[in-house]
Amino acid sequence: MKLPLVLLCLLAAASFGAPLAAAVLGVDARSVDLLDRVADPSLQHPLGTDELGRDVLLRLLEGGRVSLAVGGAAALASAVLGTIIGLAAGYVGGWTDRVLMRLTDGVIALPLLALLIVLAALDLGKLGLPREFIQSEEVSVFRIIALATLVGWTTTARLVRGGTLIARSQDYVRAAQSLGASTVHVLRWHVLPNVVGPLLVATALSVGDIILLESVLSFLGLGIQPPMASWGNMLTNAQELIESAPLLAIYPGVMIFVTVICCNMFADALHKRLDPRQAAGA
Amino acid sequence: MIRFVSIRLVEIAVTLALMSFVIYGLIGLMPGDPIDLMRSSDPRASAADVARLKAAYGLNRPLGERYLAWAGAAFAGDLGYSRLFSEPVLSAIRPRLVNSLLLMGAGFTLALLLALLLGIAAARRPNSRLDRIVNLLCFAGVSMPSFWLALLVILLFSVELRWLPASGIATAGRGDLADRLKHLVLPVATLTLINLGPYTRFVRAAMRDALTRDHIRTARAKGASEARVVMHHALRPALIPLVTILALSCGNLVSGALVTETMYSYPGMGKLIFDAVMGNDYNLALATLLLATAVTMGANLAADVAYCCLDPRVSLR
Repeated sequence: MKLPLVLLCLLAAASFGAPLAAAVLGVDARSVDLLDRVADPSLQHPLGTDELGRDVLLRLLEGGRVSLAVGGAAALASAVLGTIIGLAAGYVGGWTDRVLMRLTDGVIALPLLALLIVLAALDLGKLGLPREFIQSEEVSVFRIIALATLVGWTTTARLVRGGTLIARSQDYVRAAQSLGASTVHVLRWHVLPNVVGPLLVATALSVGDIILLESVLSFLGLGIQPPMASWGNMLTNAQELIESAPLLAIYPGVMIFVTVICCNMFADALHKRLDPRQAAGA
Repeated sequence: MIRFVSIRLVEIAVTLALMSFVIYGLIGLMPGDPIDLMRSSDPRASAADVARLKAAYGLNRPLGERYLAWAGAAFAGDLGYSRLFSEPVLSAIRPRLVNSLLLMGAGFTLALLLALLLGIAAARRPNSRLDRIVNLLCFAGVSMPSFWLALLVILLFSVELRWLPASGIATAGRGDLADRLKHLVLPVATLTLINLGPYTRFVRAAMRDALTRDHIRTARAKGASEARVVMHHALRPALIPLVTILALSCGNLVSGALVTETMYSYPGMGKLIFDAVMGNDYNLALATLLLATAVTMGANLAADVAYCCLDPRVSLR
């Protein structure tokens, strides 16, 4: 449990502290130096420079900032959306339940990556969003968060619905209802605490998946847009440069791999802590 | 059973109709439009020409009307022309579908066999050294970005060792069997590795669960050999959940190898979908996406039915 968490914290601290350190040292992740392209590691550039002479270490840290922010935000958003849908389906029951669960199954049964490519390629201008928002640099970050949320809520919804169905028929929930507690109160204080454990595990597990999704879309040119760095888009050009600068293809991938494996191991450890009985079998 | 299947078939048909409309609408929202593209490639085209072209292709009509026209033609078997390949959509799809089935079939079979081997071996001795190594490999497998794995494989076997080609399905001017097989090795190996992690995890968990059941103890007490206990008494029930994986992979047959195919410039369905979407090839994108959706949903239905046939305790409502 400890090692993955420590690594993740270190990574977060380094990524989010990088702009400060860069400002103090007077270097910039975006500064292009065409005379110093694909340079070997040196004191000035500890991991060398990329095909435009940008510092690889600084870009890796900027990419980490983007990946962690996207992973965290989208995991949180999917958890919230999934919880609301799961609570509604499980507690209200009847037609609401049937419609919501068909929707969930439907989303799970779609060829998601192919459809996400269409969604990622949409022209936001044709959707009528304001121009200054579309042209801002952060728009690709928000787009990825929205896409990941759109496909990420299903697991949580199913989990929460299952937990809610069990809790709904418990005596203490009936007691609260008969005492006149509002639906929101019952859900918040009597139903939700039952599913908090699996919910946390599923959310932690989804962070890694979202980071993988972000990196593959960015790699294909549909995610985070340059000049903003992301581990995925740093690899976009690496395939062409693979003969001359193979290391450029290694670093960002190692970062993705280590981050995602840490997230997954942390989620697994969390699972074992919170639910020792079930985890022993798996 | 028949009732269940027919209800599901109706559901699939409704979903497909709905999806076709959604995708149709979404594709219209992608950047660029075919007439603008024609216009930018021909500076002499005037505004009047553009209007005439739009009218000729029906692009000035409202979305609903255009969709109905497309759906009517599609229902009659006419999916239109592909702009990228300058041939009917169906004849652009056919060879690529075959390529994809070959790639996915080989990758899937290999991964499944290896996963059974590793998963069973690990599950037989929980917490042994082998079990822990397999567990670690599973974690690595599910945490590996697929495109990066492909990059590493290319880097090692094509760039450094120069053993195998890294793109296409045949060398230009050749194309005999040996040459084709050579081009298949790296994509198939990559796909196998990508699938290996999740499959092994699944087999290991299912086998571990199966081996703790009471009937296993009974079988051992009766003096059944270890091989018979594992292969007959434990593996058979453990294989049933594997049907789900099998079905989901079948669904992916059509679109799942998108990343691998793109990395190796392998002309399959995944790359076709990607190219069609990126190249504004509306007819092709629509047809391929719908095909992928239909196959995925059909495979899910097949899994439910198979589940019911294999496990008498499961009944379909």
